[in-house]
Amino acid sequence: MSEKSYRDAIRDAMMEEMDRDPNVLIMGEDIGVYEGTFRITAGMLKKYGGKRVIDTPIAEAGMVGTAVGMAMLGLRPIVEMMTMNFAIVAADQILNHAAKVRYFSGGQVDVPVVIRGPQGAGVQLSAQHSQTFESFYAHFPGIKVVAPATPADAKGLLKTSIRGRDPVIFLESAALYGMKGEVPDDPNFTVPFGVSRVAREGSDVTIVSYSRMLQMSLIAAEKLSQDEGIECEVIDLRTLRPLDLEPAYASVTKTHRCVVVQEQWKPFGAAAEIAASITETVFDELDAPVARVTGEDVPMPYARNLELLATPHEQHVIAAVKKVMYANG
Amino acid sequence: MSGDIPREHALHLLREMLRIRLFEEKCAELYGEEKIRGFLHLYIGEEAVAAGAMQSLTKDDAIVATYREHGHALVRGISANAVMAEMYGKVEGCSRGRGGSMHIFSAAHRFYGGNAIVGGGLPLAAGIALADKLRGVSHVTACFFGDGAVAEGAFHETANLAALWKLPLLLLCENNLYAMGTALERAQSETDLARKAAAYRIPSTSVDGMDVLAVEAATRAACDAIRAGAGPQFVELRTYRFRAHSMFDPDRYRDKSEVGRWKERDPIMTFTAFLRGRGDIDDAGLDALRKEIESEIATAVAFAEAGQWEAVSDLTKFVYSERPLAGRAS
Repeated sequence: MSEKSYRDAIRDAMMEEMDRDPNVLIMGEDIGVYEGTFRITAGMLKKYGGKRVIDTPIAEAGMVGTAVGMAMLGLRPIVEMMTMNFAIVAADQILNHAAKVRYFSGGQVDVPVVIRGPQGAGVQLSAQHSQTFESFYAHFPGIKVVAPATPADAKGLLKTSIRGRDPVIFLESAALYGMKGEVPDDPNFTVPFGVSRVAREGSDVTIVSYSRMLQMSLIAAEKLSQDEGIECEVIDLRTLRPLDLEPAYASVTKTHRCVVVQEQWKPFGAAAEIAASITETVFDELDAPVARVTGEDVPMPYARNLELLATPHEQHVIAAVKKVMYANG
Repeated sequence: MSGDIPREHALHLLREMLRIRLFEEKCAELYGEEKIRGFLHLYIGEEAVAAGAMQSLTKDDAIVATYREHGHALVRGISANAVMAEMYGKVEGCSRGRGGSMHIFSAAHRFYGGNAIVGGGLPLAAGIALADKLRGVSHVTACFFGDGAVAEGAFHETANLAALWKLPLLLLCENNLYAMGTALERAQSETDLARKAAAYRIPSTSVDGMDVLAVEAATRAACDAIRAGAGPQFVELRTYRFRAHSMFDPDRYRDKSEVGRWKERDPIMTFTAFLRGRGDIDDAGLDALRKEIESEIATAVAFAEAGQWEAVSDLTKFVYSERPLAGRAS
């Protein structure tokens, strides 16, 4: 084990896989000479050269489509999006091509492409640079959607993404890049997809989340424990597709109350899918309707006071937990 | 048409064009009988393009095509059986009935679709070309697309990347003058499409797409240049579809007289006349050729008719590389 930042864990995962498999390469905007907007790819051009660390023009559809074509031939391209907000420009290549070509060809090609980059709000980047995309991508069959909450998971899940045979949308929380945590050093360490984990044990309320909201939920759970004596069990989904809700069902069977936390808009979001699945599957166990904590239904504003109002915080989770316990006075 | 082409090769070109024509006519008939459903885009009138352009490609070269791709698939060597069964939606189809008319696909033939988004195949083709280049093999990737695709961002991003990275990419623009129902001059600020590619420093030519020999010569020169390391090449093939855009299209946007004028330049009719003039083929030879092709198509229809539907349990097979985890009953 070593203490690593979420950022370094992502870089380590890529470099270990590039060392392991000559078919792995990375492409994106300003990843080579510039060394990455968030410094994720620092040192990689020097180590691997321009054939495996490919600077592209600002042409998201072209670069993603090119990566999909390469993946169909057996290469394993990683596409770094400067931010996931820009990947929408390549949505046709991701959703109409990468996600579907295996199926519409009757299983003739693998598409081992990883599209990764930062997402999320918090540093006043306003409407076009603050979005989260898990609900958007997880709607479509054919792609896998990953949203790690810790440095260890960032590394282990990214290595699984790179080694896989399917297109992966790998969503990094920009706000977590500096977060540190223990990460296994074993180059064969991976984290499988579709295996949720219990991040905190508790008996009163189940909180289900992922990525940065998982970390926020853990803080809320500690406050609830200290201030109210309420013990929350916190489930980290890790991947949205495939989605493993078994630990959530088991937890709700124990707690009978559930809160789902996501960063962005409530309508048609990941929290809605999770809450509906819980209601469908363990309805008889519930002592209260499943509550959702989400961002406000607005494009992200610039002004700090407005941005704070538009994003979920610990007090929203605490209020939702109290609500499902009918403990709001 | 120039007269120095060997008889054997000339007859091969005629045969390939006629295979496409008769196959497509059969498809139209089967659509009327509701044997083929969904969208059906016929290549009738444009046969010289696929038949001519494919001659300079080897089996190691790759092809990316559009949703009007039955002809390309047949010339590439995908069996009429597999193509017809796909249109029937049968499991014996080349894409196991999951793609249909718009997604004819055969990785074994390096035929990577059958792509149903206008311009969508272009970046994929660039990636296939880049993969081959990175591996140090000298294969060409040929990408077919229509005039409509030249208005898409994907065309311009691909042209820029291909020229910037000197990709072994053959850009084959099938200009049939209509982006579905919108005439070229109503869709493009610059109607000389070769100039658009030339703006990216891609060597570009335009050729009469109704003349199979001209198509073959132009694409062979472009292929040779790519194999010599000159990077991407663009060939505009000026052609015309005789049928509507798809079977749903009432075709109200073209004058009948315009269609009639183009039909006078029918690539099969004119090439047949050329071959007759040279004494390469006569009525009996034509009749025999036609019968042979009709027999191939009849066999394909029988094969498709006899095919099986995919097992219900396999509906979700091939969404991912493994079967999805079994969900809880809900």
